[in-house]
Amino acid sequence: MNNKTLAALTWIAVALLGAAAVGGIALNRGESINALWFITAALCVYAIAYRFYAAWIASKVLLIDPTRATPAERLENGRDYLPTNRWIVFGHHFAAIAGPGPLVGPTLAAQFGYLPGTLWILVGAVLGGCVQDMVTLFFSTRRNGRSLGQMARDELGPIGGIAALVATLLIMIILIAVLGLVVVNAMKNSPWATSTVAATIPIAMIVGLYMRNIRPGRVLEGSLLGIVLLLLAVAGGGWLDHQPVLREWFNHPGLPLAWAVIVYGFAAAILPVWMLLAPRDYLSTYMKLGTVILLALAIVWMQPTVKMPALTQFIDGSGPIFGGKLFPFVFITIACGAISGFHALIASGTTPKLLANERDIRMIGYGGMALESFVAIMAMIAATVLDPGVFFAINSPAGVVGKEAADAVAKITSWGFPVTVEQMSLLAQQMGEATLFARTGGAPSLAVGMASIFGSAFGEGMLAMWYHFAIMFEAIFILTTLDAGTRVGRFMLQDMLGNIWPRLGQTSWYPSVLLSSGIVVAAWGYFLYIGVIDPNGGVNILWPLFGISNQILAAIALCVATGILVKSGKLKYAWITALPLAWLTLITSAAVWEKLTSDDVRIGFFAAANDLAAKLAAGSLPPEKAAVAPTLIFNQQLDALLAIFFACMLWLIVLDMLRICARHLANKPVPPLSEAPHQVTKLEEAWQRD
Amino acid sequence: MATGLKTWLRGCWRFVRELSGDDGYERYLAHHAACHIDSVALTRREYFRRREGEKWEGVRRCC
Repeated sequence: MNNKTLAALTWIAVALLGAAAVGGIALNRGESINALWFITAALCVYAIAYRFYAAWIASKVLLIDPTRATPAERLENGRDYLPTNRWIVFGHHFAAIAGPGPLVGPTLAAQFGYLPGTLWILVGAVLGGCVQDMVTLFFSTRRNGRSLGQMARDELGPIGGIAALVATLLIMIILIAVLGLVVVNAMKNSPWATSTVAATIPIAMIVGLYMRNIRPGRVLEGSLLGIVLLLLAVAGGGWLDHQPVLREWFNHPGLPLAWAVIVYGFAAAILPVWMLLAPRDYLSTYMKLGTVILLALAIVWMQPTVKMPALTQFIDGSGPIFGGKLFPFVFITIACGAISGFHALIASGTTPKLLANERDIRMIGYGGMALESFVAIMAMIAATVLDPGVFFAINSPAGVVGKEAADAVAKITSWGFPVTVEQMSLLAQQMGEATLFARTGGAPSLAVGMASIFGSAFGEGMLAMWYHFAIMFEAIFILTTLDAGTRVGRFMLQDMLGNIWPRLGQTSWYPSVLLSSGIVVAAWGYFLYIGVIDPNGGVNILWPLFGISNQILAAIALCVATGILVKSGKLKYAWITALPLAWLTLITSAAVWEKLTSDDVRIGFFAAANDLAAKLAAGSLPPEKAAVAPTLIFNQQLDALLAIFFACMLWLIVLDMLRICARHLANKPVPPLSEAPHQVTKLEEAWQRD
Repeated sequence: MATGLKTWLRGCWRFVRELSGDDGYERYLAHHAACHIDSVALTRREYFRRREGEKWEGVRRCC
């Protein structure tokens, strides 16, 4: 009884603290605010949601059964099906779901001010993203670890299955293109960044060789060697930057760097995994975990002040980083960190095969996503502790604010965010860069933010080191996603092509490997090229497309989950997934509608294409712009088609799910539930819980 | 106190090894001894090659 009262009082205190923190950051106007409030608000919201909402879903809706044997136990094979300690599974799951997305999205969305993004990250995660990850993990666990695509086919029928497959392939292509663009913008005309990122390739190969041939399977030794080499590469880049001849080797504008990324991507896809992909993945995982922990400690220790206002005037759609109003674009810009469809691919297929007990599902599915959401909150803090003028100077593309530094600062200052040329030169000098203007994409401003937080915590003299460390850290796991994504895309394509000619479906037949890798790389390479040549910085086009495709994948996962809930007779609880699904359908449809019909050339694809065509016809374009104009017009139309295709796929699967639910409720035949039969676990006695 | 700390540190080390897959071969040998006693176990090198190949067959990394 006493313990119960104490627990109740503790939770009331957490709720009050959380409410005060959220209220504080939401109602604050005009005054600077301590970043610790963001951390407090986030932790309280996650704690309450995890303790009450997730627990309720687990016990009342999903009816999690700790006595039921999981696929890892029933199908144990010592390889992929393997009952594993839940903290280990949590580590694997988190490392797999947390990529560069939650770092980039919030940074871009900070143009609306800190508030909209922060609220969406918190609410979207606890009501949407965490629920999606948790229920997908649960349903896949009950189905022997089947993938999202297989579950869609089994539970909804062939339409759902095909839509899931096509959506996954397309989102992969757009994702890789936009991430490639982020890396290119970070390396543009920066010998230090470019040489450091380039050095990660031979370093990964050395580690790969070490773990395969010199000391087989010694993962920790190899990783330690790699991390030391990476840190040396960051320092070495600083040395190289001061060598007049050598630095020119790595000093390139965007387009050649984009080609380098494309060639690299192709090489990575056809080389054996041990050489590049596997060792790079180890390194990026340690870098990621280490940097996230370091950032959290530095924020708590330094308690930096958030200088961005709660809301900026750009909620009207005139923002320099990307065009579009607060609704729906804040919800599209921040996908990962609030709700990310991509996670459903990890939560089905990979993670369920490791679960030792169903009761770990809440911690791994819900808790894993809550932690990722926390990373997004930290990215939001790192972006908003910068002076807003500096933030906009780094992130506004030259096409919006002007190529010359004086023009750019005048324009940004006129928006009410004062910044000077001297301030920017000093900052660039401190960070060891020639310039920080127009580095759209999120990575450089995040790196400046992280460098200033780390710098004030661990010594100002190291700012340039910290900046390039942060760039290297982002680049290394962007490139991991790029390698892994290209490879997955290749497998999926080979799978599809195998239906046409079985030989093409053999993943080890080299001509098929070359062909399918070539197609996948060409597809994302083309979108990367579109982004790099775009005068408005490319992020304006590609990031919303990525957000839309990621949210549509989430909608597919939620459709599968809602369909299963209704078919299992849990109609009255179906809102837990139907509500986020309705919201996603609304925001993605609204975003696609805006992207198609808006008259604003920075929002509407057709508006941009028509505007450029009119200018071209009138001969008002300078010759170098006139030369690329036809390509730009074609690209805008292609993007529009893609957006239409995404929307059609979304509605197709939503209507298909509703049809299945309606048929079930009318007692008409539907595809039966594909749940594996109940079997009692034998693990519990032997299994050491910790 | 000292032994408590020692146990804790040892636990941490085991956790890091398992999380990274550093102890994968030892786990494989244990599994092999328990379930496939009639066949010859892979060598450390063979085991690691096989595992790396399998690990990258599916979706492993997100955005």
